[in-house]
Amino acid sequence: MASEGGKIDPMHQFMIEPIAPLNLAGYDISFTNSSLFMLIVLGTIWLFMLGGMKRDLVPGRWQAAVEGVTGFINDMVSTSVGPEGKAYVPLVFSLFMFILVANFMGMMPFGIVPGVHAFTVTSHLTVTAVLAILSFGTVLVVGLWKHKLHFFSLFVPHGTPWWLMWLIPFIELFSFLIRPFSLALRLFVAMTAGHVLMKVLAGFVINGFNADAAWVAPVVSLPSFILMIGITMLELLVCAIQAYVFALLTSLYINDAVNLH
Amino acid sequence: MPQISQILETYASQFFWLLIVFGLLYFGIGRAMLPKIEATVDARDAKIAGDLAAAEKARAEAGDLEGAWQADLTQTRAAAQAEAQKAKAKAQKDADARLAKADADISAKTADAEAAIAKARAKALSGIDAVAVDAAQAIVAKVSGAKVTPAQAAQAVKTVLANG
Repeated sequence: MASEGGKIDPMHQFMIEPIAPLNLAGYDISFTNSSLFMLIVLGTIWLFMLGGMKRDLVPGRWQAAVEGVTGFINDMVSTSVGPEGKAYVPLVFSLFMFILVANFMGMMPFGIVPGVHAFTVTSHLTVTAVLAILSFGTVLVVGLWKHKLHFFSLFVPHGTPWWLMWLIPFIELFSFLIRPFSLALRLFVAMTAGHVLMKVLAGFVINGFNADAAWVAPVVSLPSFILMIGITMLELLVCAIQAYVFALLTSLYINDAVNLH
Repeated sequence: MPQISQILETYASQFFWLLIVFGLLYFGIGRAMLPKIEATVDARDAKIAGDLAAAEKARAEAGDLEGAWQADLTQTRAAAQAEAQKAKAKAQKDADARLAKADADISAKTADAEAAIAKARAKALSGIDAVAVDAAQAIVAKVSGAKVTPAQAAQAVKTVLANG
Protein backbone atom coordinates (compact mmCIF):
# COMPACT_ATOMS: atom_id res chain seq x y z
CA MET A 1 0.00 0.00 0.00
CA ALA A 2 1.63 3.20 -1.11
CA SER A 3 0.37 6.32 0.54
CA GLU A 4 1.90 9.21 -1.32
CA GLY A 5 0.50 12.49 -0.16
CA GLY A 6 -2.33 10.75 1.73
CA LYS A 7 -3.43 8.89 -1.36
CA ILE A 8 -3.68 5.14 -1.36
CA ASP A 9 -3.20 3.61 -4.76
CA PRO A 10 -5.38 0.46 -4.95
CA MET A 11 -3.29 -0.77 -7.89
CA HIS A 12 0.02 -0.69 -6.12
CA GLN A 13 -0.57 -4.11 -4.60
CA PHE A 14 -0.31 -5.65 -8.05
CA MET A 15 3.13 -4.19 -8.74
CA ILE A 16 5.81 -6.72 -9.49
CA GLU A 17 9.09 -5.72 -7.88
CA PRO A 18 12.34 -7.53 -8.57
CA ILE A 19 14.07 -9.01 -5.54
CA ALA A 20 17.07 -10.59 -7.25
CA PRO A 21 17.69 -9.54 -10.87
CA LEU A 22 18.38 -12.46 -13.18
CA ASN A 23 18.93 -12.60 -16.90
CA LEU A 24 18.74 -15.63 -19.15
CA ALA A 25 19.47 -15.41 -22.88
CA GLY A 26 18.35 -11.84 -23.01
CA TYR A 27 15.15 -12.48 -21.08
CA ASP A 28 14.59 -10.81 -17.74
CA ILE A 29 13.74 -13.66 -15.38
CA SER A 30 14.38 -11.77 -12.16
CA PHE A 31 13.23 -13.33 -8.93
CA THR A 32 10.34 -11.05 -7.98
CA ASN A 33 7.81 -10.75 -5.19
CA SER A 34 5.50 -12.70 -7.50
CA SER A 35 8.04 -15.52 -7.80
CA LEU A 36 8.48 -15.44 -4.03
CA PHE A 37 4.78 -15.92 -3.47
CA MET A 38 4.67 -18.73 -6.01
CA LEU A 39 7.35 -20.48 -3.95
CA ILE A 40 5.44 -19.76 -0.73
CA VAL A 41 2.34 -21.28 -2.32
CA LEU A 42 4.34 -24.32 -3.40
CA GLY A 43 5.86 -24.68 0.08
CA THR A 44 2.47 -24.37 1.76
CA ILE A 45 0.94 -27.04 -0.47
CA TRP A 46 3.96 -29.25 0.12
CA LEU A 47 3.69 -28.84 3.91
CA PHE A 48 -0.02 -29.54 3.77
CA MET A 49 0.48 -32.66 1.69
CA LEU A 50 3.33 -33.82 3.91
CA GLY A 51 0.84 -34.09 6.76
CA GLY A 52 -1.13 -36.57 4.67
CA MET A 53 1.85 -38.80 4.02
CA LYS A 54 1.71 -40.65 7.32
CA ARG A 55 -0.42 -43.21 5.51
CA ASP A 56 -2.09 -44.50 8.66
CA LEU A 57 -4.95 -46.91 8.27
CA VAL A 58 -6.91 -44.82 10.75
CA PRO A 59 -6.19 -41.23 9.69
CA GLY A 60 -5.40 -38.44 12.11
CA ARG A 61 -6.98 -35.01 11.68
CA TRP A 62 -4.39 -33.69 9.27
CA GLN A 63 -4.32 -36.85 7.20
CA ALA A 64 -8.13 -36.82 7.10
CA ALA A 65 -8.02 -33.20 5.85
CA VAL A 66 -5.52 -34.03 3.09
CA GLU A 67 -7.50 -37.10 2.11
CA GLY A 68 -10.64 -34.97 2.10
CA VAL A 69 -9.11 -32.57 -0.46
CA THR A 70 -7.66 -35.32 -2.65
CA GLY A 71 -10.93 -37.24 -2.42
CA PHE A 72 -12.84 -34.11 -3.40
CA ILE A 73 -10.77 -33.63 -6.57
CA ASN A 74 -10.86 -37.36 -7.28
CA ASP A 75 -14.65 -37.40 -7.05
CA MET A 76 -14.98 -34.30 -9.19
CA VAL A 77 -12.77 -35.71 -11.96
CA SER A 78 -14.34 -39.15 -11.87
CA THR A 79 -17.90 -37.77 -12.01
CA SER A 80 -16.95 -35.44 -14.89
CA VAL A 81 -14.73 -37.74 -16.93
CA GLY A 82 -15.50 -41.23 -15.66
CA PRO A 83 -13.03 -43.99 -14.87
CA GLU A 84 -10.60 -42.76 -17.53
CA GLY A 85 -10.24 -39.52 -15.62
CA LYS A 86 -7.87 -41.07 -13.08
CA ALA A 87 -4.86 -40.03 -15.17
CA TYR A 88 -5.88 -36.35 -15.04
CA VAL A 89 -6.36 -36.14 -11.27
CA PRO A 90 -2.78 -34.92 -10.68
CA LEU A 91 -3.23 -32.06 -13.18
CA VAL A 92 -6.62 -30.96 -11.87
CA PHE A 93 -5.38 -31.32 -8.30
CA SER A 94 -2.27 -29.22 -9.02
CA LEU A 95 -4.33 -26.51 -10.70
CA PHE A 96 -6.91 -26.48 -7.92
CA MET A 97 -4.39 -26.41 -5.09
CA PHE A 98 -2.18 -23.79 -6.75
CA ILE A 99 -5.10 -21.43 -7.42
CA LEU A 100 -6.71 -22.03 -4.03
CA VAL A 101 -3.57 -21.49 -1.99
CA ALA A 102 -2.43 -18.57 -4.14
CA ASN A 103 -5.83 -16.92 -3.67
CA PHE A 104 -5.70 -17.44 0.08
CA MET A 105 -2.08 -16.30 0.30
CA GLY A 106 -3.12 -12.99 -1.26
CA MET A 107 -5.73 -12.62 1.49
CA MET A 108 -3.30 -13.24 4.34
CA PRO A 109 -2.68 -10.24 6.56
CA PHE A 110 1.08 -10.20 5.99
CA GLY A 111 0.79 -6.40 5.86
CA ILE A 112 0.83 -6.18 9.67
CA VAL A 113 4.58 -6.77 9.44
CA PRO A 114 6.05 -3.44 8.28
CA GLY A 115 7.55 -3.60 4.81
CA VAL A 116 5.88 -6.91 3.91
CA HIS A 117 3.10 -6.95 1.35
CA ALA A 118 0.89 -9.85 0.44
CA PHE A 119 0.90 -10.57 -3.27
CA THR A 120 -1.85 -12.39 -5.11
CA VAL A 121 -0.19 -14.51 -7.77
CA THR A 122 -3.51 -15.33 -9.42
CA SER A 123 -4.38 -11.66 -9.90
CA HIS A 124 -1.90 -11.58 -12.76
CA LEU A 125 -2.98 -12.17 -16.31
CA THR A 126 0.39 -13.70 -17.15
CA VAL A 127 -0.11 -16.34 -14.46
CA THR A 128 -3.76 -17.13 -15.12
CA ALA A 129 -3.01 -17.26 -18.86
CA VAL A 130 -0.32 -19.89 -18.34
CA LEU A 131 -2.66 -21.93 -16.13
CA ALA A 132 -5.46 -21.65 -18.69
CA ILE A 133 -3.09 -22.64 -21.51
CA LEU A 134 -1.98 -25.66 -19.47
CA SER A 135 -5.60 -26.68 -19.07
CA PHE A 136 -6.51 -25.98 -22.71
CA GLY A 137 -3.30 -27.50 -24.05
CA THR A 138 -3.98 -30.71 -22.15
CA VAL A 139 -7.42 -30.89 -23.73
CA LEU A 140 -5.99 -30.35 -27.23
CA VAL A 141 -3.12 -32.80 -26.84
CA VAL A 142 -5.23 -35.50 -25.20
CA GLY A 143 -8.08 -35.06 -27.68
CA LEU A 144 -5.90 -35.15 -30.80
CA TRP A 145 -3.70 -37.96 -29.50
CA LYS A 146 -6.64 -40.10 -28.43
CA HIS A 147 -9.07 -39.52 -31.30
CA LYS A 148 -6.71 -38.21 -34.02
CA LEU A 149 -8.69 -36.20 -36.59
CA HIS A 150 -11.94 -37.62 -35.25
CA PHE A 151 -11.47 -35.11 -32.41
CA PHE A 152 -12.94 -32.45 -34.70
CA SER A 153 -16.31 -34.17 -34.52
CA LEU A 154 -16.48 -32.32 -31.19
CA PHE A 155 -17.61 -29.32 -33.23
CA VAL A 156 -20.54 -31.19 -34.77
CA PRO A 157 -22.86 -32.11 -31.91
CA HIS A 158 -25.16 -35.12 -32.29
CA GLY A 159 -28.47 -34.37 -33.95
CA THR A 160 -27.37 -31.22 -35.77
CA PRO A 161 -29.83 -30.72 -38.67
CA TRP A 162 -28.06 -30.78 -42.05
CA TRP A 163 -29.34 -27.32 -42.94
CA LEU A 164 -27.50 -25.90 -39.88
CA MET A 165 -24.18 -27.53 -40.72
CA TRP A 166 -22.84 -24.27 -42.08
CA LEU A 167 -23.38 -22.55 -38.70
CA ILE A 168 -23.18 -24.93 -35.74
CA PRO A 169 -19.55 -26.06 -36.22
CA PHE A 170 -18.41 -22.46 -36.25
CA ILE A 171 -20.29 -21.65 -33.07
CA GLU A 172 -18.86 -24.78 -31.47
CA LEU A 173 -15.37 -23.94 -32.67
CA PHE A 174 -15.69 -20.42 -31.33
CA SER A 175 -16.95 -21.61 -27.94
CA PHE A 176 -14.08 -24.10 -27.87
CA LEU A 177 -11.45 -21.53 -28.71
CA ILE A 178 -12.77 -19.01 -26.18
CA ARG A 179 -12.25 -21.45 -23.32
CA PRO A 180 -8.65 -20.52 -22.42
CA PHE A 181 -9.56 -16.85 -22.47
CA SER A 182 -12.59 -17.29 -20.27
CA LEU A 183 -10.60 -19.47 -17.86
CA ALA A 184 -7.76 -16.97 -17.62
CA LEU A 185 -9.87 -13.82 -17.52
CA ARG A 186 -12.43 -15.12 -15.02
CA LEU A 187 -9.77 -15.84 -12.40
CA PHE A 188 -7.73 -12.74 -13.15
CA VAL A 189 -10.73 -10.40 -13.03
CA ALA A 190 -12.27 -11.96 -9.92
CA MET A 191 -9.06 -11.70 -7.92
CA THR A 192 -8.12 -8.25 -9.19
CA ALA A 193 -11.57 -6.77 -8.64
CA GLY A 194 -11.84 -8.23 -5.15
CA HIS A 195 -8.47 -6.92 -4.07
CA VAL A 196 -9.10 -3.47 -5.59
CA LEU A 197 -12.42 -3.28 -3.77
CA MET A 198 -10.85 -4.25 -0.47
CA LYS A 199 -8.01 -1.79 -0.94
CA VAL A 200 -10.39 1.04 -1.81
CA LEU A 201 -12.47 0.34 1.30
CA ALA A 202 -9.30 0.11 3.40
CA GLY A 203 -8.29 3.48 1.94
CA PHE A 204 -11.62 4.94 3.06
CA VAL A 205 -11.06 3.64 6.57
CA ILE A 206 -7.50 4.95 6.86
CA ASN A 207 -8.03 8.29 5.14
CA GLY A 208 -11.21 8.81 7.16
CA PHE A 209 -9.29 8.50 10.43
CA ASN A 210 -6.55 10.76 9.10
CA ALA A 211 -8.99 13.42 7.89
CA ASP A 212 -8.82 16.92 9.39
CA ALA A 213 -12.56 17.10 9.98
CA ALA A 214 -13.55 15.04 13.04
CA TRP A 215 -16.92 13.93 11.60
CA VAL A 216 -15.37 11.99 8.74
CA ALA A 217 -14.13 9.10 10.88
CA PRO A 218 -17.51 7.92 12.28
CA VAL A 219 -19.45 8.73 9.10
CA VAL A 220 -17.07 7.28 6.52
CA SER A 221 -14.54 5.03 8.25
CA LEU A 222 -16.84 3.05 10.51
CA PRO A 223 -19.39 1.97 7.84
CA SER A 224 -16.53 1.24 5.46
CA PHE A 225 -14.88 -0.91 8.08
CA ILE A 226 -18.07 -2.87 8.75
CA LEU A 227 -18.62 -3.27 5.00
CA MET A 228 -15.04 -4.39 4.62
CA ILE A 229 -15.53 -7.25 7.08
CA GLY A 230 -18.36 -8.54 4.92
CA ILE A 231 -16.42 -8.01 1.69
CA THR A 232 -13.46 -9.88 3.15
CA MET A 233 -15.67 -12.85 3.99
CA LEU A 234 -17.10 -12.71 0.49
CA GLU A 235 -13.61 -12.51 -0.97
CA LEU A 236 -12.55 -15.62 0.96
CA LEU A 237 -15.55 -17.40 -0.51
CA VAL A 238 -14.63 -16.15 -3.99
CA CYS A 239 -11.09 -17.49 -3.50
CA ALA A 240 -12.43 -20.99 -2.96
CA ILE A 241 -15.13 -20.72 -5.64
CA GLN A 242 -12.69 -19.53 -8.31
CA ALA A 243 -10.33 -22.41 -7.61
CA TYR A 244 -13.29 -24.81 -7.72
CA VAL A 245 -14.65 -23.33 -10.96
CA PHE A 246 -11.26 -23.53 -12.65
CA ALA A 247 -10.77 -27.14 -11.61
CA LEU A 248 -14.34 -28.12 -12.49
CA LEU A 249 -14.20 -26.51 -15.94
CA THR A 250 -10.83 -28.12 -16.60
CA SER A 251 -12.23 -31.55 -15.77
CA LEU A 252 -15.31 -30.90 -17.95
CA TYR A 253 -13.08 -29.85 -20.86
CA ILE A 254 -10.94 -32.95 -20.34
CA ASN A 255 -14.16 -34.95 -20.49
CA ASP A 256 -14.80 -33.45 -23.95
CA ALA A 257 -11.34 -34.51 -25.04
CA VAL A 258 -11.52 -38.01 -23.59
CA ASN A 259 -15.10 -38.97 -24.43
CA LEU A 260 -15.97 -36.44 -27.18
CA HIS A 261 -19.69 -35.71 -27.02
CA MET B 1 -3.15 -1.59 -13.90
CA PRO B 2 0.34 -3.06 -13.32
CA GLN B 3 -0.77 -6.44 -14.67
CA ILE B 4 -0.99 -4.85 -18.12
CA SER B 5 1.38 -1.91 -17.92
CA GLN B 6 4.19 -4.13 -16.56
CA ILE B 7 3.46 -7.05 -18.80
CA LEU B 8 6.35 -6.51 -21.22
CA GLU B 9 8.98 -6.27 -18.49
CA THR B 10 7.64 -9.08 -16.35
CA TYR B 11 6.13 -11.75 -18.60
CA ALA B 12 9.41 -13.68 -18.97
CA SER B 13 10.01 -13.79 -15.24
CA GLN B 14 6.39 -14.72 -14.53
CA PHE B 15 6.36 -17.53 -17.10
CA PHE B 16 9.76 -18.81 -16.00
CA TRP B 17 8.98 -18.99 -12.30
CA LEU B 18 5.44 -20.18 -12.76
CA LEU B 19 6.56 -23.04 -14.99
CA ILE B 20 9.23 -24.03 -12.46
CA VAL B 21 6.80 -23.85 -9.55
CA PHE B 22 3.98 -25.56 -11.39
CA GLY B 23 6.34 -28.22 -12.69
CA LEU B 24 7.51 -28.94 -9.15
CA LEU B 25 3.91 -28.93 -7.98
CA TYR B 26 2.72 -31.25 -10.74
CA PHE B 27 5.59 -33.73 -10.71
CA GLY B 28 6.66 -33.43 -7.07
CA ILE B 29 3.24 -33.36 -5.45
CA GLY B 30 0.55 -34.20 -8.01
CA ARG B 31 2.37 -37.19 -9.48
CA ALA B 32 4.47 -38.27 -6.50
CA MET B 33 2.59 -37.57 -3.27
CA LEU B 34 -1.00 -37.65 -4.49
CA PRO B 35 -0.97 -41.26 -5.75
CA LYS B 36 0.44 -42.42 -2.41
CA ILE B 37 -2.33 -40.67 -0.53
CA GLU B 38 -4.91 -42.12 -2.89
CA ALA B 39 -3.32 -45.56 -2.50
CA THR B 40 -3.74 -45.19 1.27
CA VAL B 41 -7.40 -44.30 0.84
CA ASP B 42 -7.92 -47.17 -1.60
CA ALA B 43 -6.15 -49.58 0.76
CA ARG B 44 -8.39 -48.44 3.59
CA ASP B 45 -11.52 -48.82 1.47
CA ALA B 46 -10.38 -52.28 0.39
CA LYS B 47 -9.67 -53.23 4.01
CA ILE B 48 -13.09 -52.03 5.14
CA ALA B 49 -14.80 -53.87 2.28
CA GLY B 50 -12.78 -57.02 3.06
CA ASP B 51 -13.59 -56.83 6.76
CA LEU B 52 -17.26 -56.36 5.99
CA ALA B 53 -17.23 -59.35 3.65
CA ALA B 54 -15.47 -61.47 6.29
CA ALA B 55 -17.99 -60.41 8.91
CA GLU B 56 -20.84 -61.25 6.53
CA LYS B 57 -19.30 -64.66 5.86
CA ALA B 58 -18.86 -65.31 9.58
CA ARG B 59 -22.46 -64.33 10.16
CA ALA B 60 -23.66 -66.72 7.45
CA GLU B 61 -21.50 -69.48 8.95
CA ALA B 62 -22.92 -68.83 12.39
CA GLY B 63 -26.41 -69.00 10.90
CA ASP B 64 -25.63 -72.33 9.23
CA LEU B 65 -24.14 -73.64 12.45
CA GLU B 66 -27.16 -72.58 14.42
CA GLY B 67 -29.46 -74.25 11.89
CA ALA B 68 -27.47 -77.48 12.07
CA TRP B 69 -27.49 -77.36 15.85
CA GLN B 70 -31.23 -76.75 15.84
CA ALA B 71 -31.82 -79.74 13.50
CA ASP B 72 -29.56 -81.90 15.63
CA LEU B 73 -31.48 -80.85 18.72
CA THR B 74 -34.82 -81.66 17.11
CA GLN B 75 -33.56 -85.05 16.00
CA THR B 76 -32.15 -85.89 19.41
CA ARG B 77 -35.34 -84.83 21.09
CA ALA B 78 -37.43 -87.00 18.77
CA ALA B 79 -35.16 -89.98 19.46
CA ALA B 80 -35.40 -89.43 23.20
CA GLN B 81 -39.16 -89.20 22.97
CA ALA B 82 -39.36 -92.45 20.99
CA GLU B 83 -37.12 -94.15 23.54
CA ALA B 84 -39.27 -92.92 26.40
CA GLN B 85 -42.40 -94.08 24.57
CA LYS B 86 -40.90 -97.53 24.07
CA ALA B 87 -39.86 -97.82 27.71
CA LYS B 88 -43.28 -96.72 28.79
CA ALA B 89 -45.01 -99.31 26.56
CA LYS B 90 -42.75 -102.09 27.84
CA ALA B 91 -43.40 -101.11 31.44
CA GLN B 92 -47.12 -101.13 30.73
CA LYS B 93 -46.90 -104.61 29.18
CA ASP B 94 -44.94 -105.99 32.15
CA ALA B 95 -47.39 -104.51 34.58
CA ASP B 96 -50.33 -106.00 32.66
CA ALA B 97 -48.73 -109.46 32.62
CA ARG B 98 -47.96 -109.35 36.34
CA LEU B 99 -51.46 -108.14 37.07
CA ALA B 100 -53.00 -111.00 35.02
CA LYS B 101 -50.86 -113.55 36.82
CA ALA B 102 -51.78 -112.15 40.19
CA ASP B 103 -55.45 -112.23 39.15
CA ALA B 104 -55.16 -115.89 38.13
CA ASP B 105 -53.44 -116.79 41.44
CA ILE B 106 -56.10 -115.01 43.41
CA SER B 107 -58.88 -116.70 41.40
CA ALA B 108 -57.34 -120.14 42.00
CA LYS B 109 -56.99 -119.46 45.72
CA THR B 110 -60.55 -118.23 45.89
CA ALA B 111 -61.84 -121.32 44.09
CA ASP B 112 -59.89 -123.61 46.48
CA ALA B 113 -61.21 -121.79 49.49
CA GLU B 114 -64.77 -121.94 48.16
CA ALA B 115 -64.42 -125.70 47.51
CA ALA B 116 -63.11 -126.24 51.06
CA ILE B 117 -65.99 -124.23 52.51
CA ALA B 118 -68.55 -126.22 50.48
CA LYS B 119 -66.99 -129.49 51.63
CA ALA B 120 -66.97 -128.38 55.24
CA ARG B 121 -70.55 -127.29 54.97
CA ALA B 122 -71.71 -130.59 53.45
CA LYS B 123 -69.89 -132.44 56.18
CA ALA B 124 -71.53 -130.27 58.81
CA LEU B 125 -74.96 -130.76 57.27
CA SER B 126 -74.62 -134.53 57.21
CA GLY B 127 -73.53 -134.44 60.89
CA ILE B 128 -76.67 -132.50 61.77
CA ASP B 129 -78.94 -135.34 60.52
CA ALA B 130 -77.48 -137.82 62.99
CA VAL B 131 -77.65 -135.33 65.83
CA ALA B 132 -81.32 -134.56 64.96
CA VAL B 133 -82.25 -138.27 64.89
CA ASP B 134 -80.66 -138.81 68.33
CA ALA B 135 -82.34 -135.71 69.65
CA ALA B 136 -85.73 -136.67 68.21
CA GLN B 137 -85.47 -140.21 69.77
CA ALA B 138 -84.57 -138.75 73.14
CA ILE B 139 -87.29 -136.10 73.07
CA VAL B 140 -89.96 -138.60 72.06
CA ALA B 141 -88.88 -141.02 74.81
CA LYS B 142 -88.91 -138.25 77.43
CA VAL B 143 -92.19 -136.68 76.42
CA SER B 144 -94.32 -139.71 75.60
CA GLY B 145 -92.33 -142.61 76.95
CA ALA B 146 -92.75 -144.35 73.62
CA LYS B 147 -89.89 -146.11 72.05
CA VAL B 148 -88.99 -144.90 68.64
CA THR B 149 -86.60 -146.80 66.46
CA PRO B 150 -83.76 -144.94 64.96
CA ALA B 151 -85.16 -145.62 61.52
CA GLN B 152 -88.49 -144.05 62.41
CA ALA B 153 -86.71 -141.01 63.92
CA ALA B 154 -84.50 -140.66 60.91
CA GLN B 155 -87.56 -140.83 58.69
CA ALA B 156 -89.31 -138.11 60.67
CA VAL B 157 -86.19 -135.85 60.75
CA LYS B 158 -85.78 -136.29 57.04
CA THR B 159 -89.40 -135.26 56.47
CA VAL B 160 -89.07 -132.20 58.70
CA LEU B 161 -85.73 -131.11 57.26
CA ALA B 162 -87.01 -131.54 53.78
CA ASN B 163 -89.97 -129.30 54.59
CA GLY B 164 -87.94 -126.72 55.90
